[in-house]
Amino acid sequence: MPDLWDLLDSVMDPEIPVISLYELGVLQDISRNGETVELVLTPTYIGCPALGIMEEDARAALTAGGYDQVTVETRLAPAWTTAWLTPEARRKMSAYGVASPEAGSIACPQCGSTDSKIISEFGSTACKALFRCVACHEPFDVFKAL
Amino acid sequence: MKLKDPLTRYVVQLGDDALIMGHRLSEWMSRAPFLEEDIALSNVALDFVGRARLFYQYGAELMGGEVTENTFAYQRDVRDFTNLLLCELPRGDFAFTLSRQFLYDAFSLPFTQALCKSTDSRLAAIAAKAEKESRYHLRRSRDWMLRLGDGTAESHERCQNALEQLWIYTDEMFERDALLDGLIASGIAVDPASLRLTWLETVTETLHAATLTLPEPQGGVTGGREGIHTDDLGFLLAEMQFMQRAYPGLQW
Repeated sequence: MPDLWDLLDSVMDPEIPVISLYELGVLQDISRNGETVELVLTPTYIGCPALGIMEEDARAALTAGGYDQVTVETRLAPAWTTAWLTPEARRKMSAYGVASPEAGSIACPQCGSTDSKIISEFGSTACKALFRCVACHEPFDVFKAL
Repeated sequence: MKLKDPLTRYVVQLGDDALIMGHRLSEWMSRAPFLEEDIALSNVALDFVGRARLFYQYGAELMGGEVTENTFAYQRDVRDFTNLLLCELPRGDFAFTLSRQFLYDAFSLPFTQALCKSTDSRLAAIAAKAEKESRYHLRRSRDWMLRLGDGTAESHERCQNALEQLWIYTDEMFERDALLDGLIASGIAVDPASLRLTWLETVTETLHAATLTLPEPQGGVTGGREGIHTDDLGFLLAEMQFMQRAYPGLQW
């Protein structure tokens, strides 16, 4: 049987498919209880429609790896925060075109300039805002600091 | 559907506020003034509907049996809903929707902050999630008050009119009743009356910055917490519940 963490490292965020659920901080814990695999997920945003898809994707990956019995617990506390994103995850997101606020400054994923303006508090998903780079004029998504 | 247990009533009441507010916001989908705002309103709607689900799921667990989150949303009639009247008012124009949102967000942020300290750990956990979103919501709706109030003559007038219409519904947010008295004593519920000053400070500061005028105090309209609603909630439920009423238990 493949290692549980190896299996779940391949389950990516449905909206930002370059970072895994673990890197995102949604996948909090995996444990075995006899034949059953127990997953603990925490939602990024309460109303995030992707959480259901994340759960399905994680189940599918485990089933494909031979683990049939999976239970999923949704844990609210401690509340998810962007502070859980690792520097590696932030780098991957930036390369994918989504900036993440770090220490208060936002770097344009295209040109790296930190001179940007907000277009909208809400971008293509609940977890993102829309910015425009003043230097290169390109619009880009920013993972909202939460 | 009559709820007896005080905690269940409180949890469902909080769910009702969130669901009805979320539904009103969702009515803007594809109708907002421009694309970014359409997305923003829909996203805030999602936050509120998501919040309603967490409260209703908890309520369903407390009730046990066949009750699910959907029972609360789809199988109760007007008199069973105990949301604030403020949440159910028709969306009106854009200034009305954003003014309502601002007045509610300015309440919701200190409310969720206080609920984080609830002796009920589940409510505290839900509040800890909701508080972060309320902070964001308030920043956005406050920003819109500034833009509309300090914008054109027309946006200013519409915003001021909206505030005048909404003002009588704001008292209800701070009302204490017998249900709350008991739950406040046990540290479960937030005493909404204690949030009034904070709310008024936020509203006064923002309206001043937006060149808007704080409406004159008027006698507040209440009744939502007892299930006495405006005509408008019935129409909202008729639309929201239609599918489950016509095809009970339908799933897709």
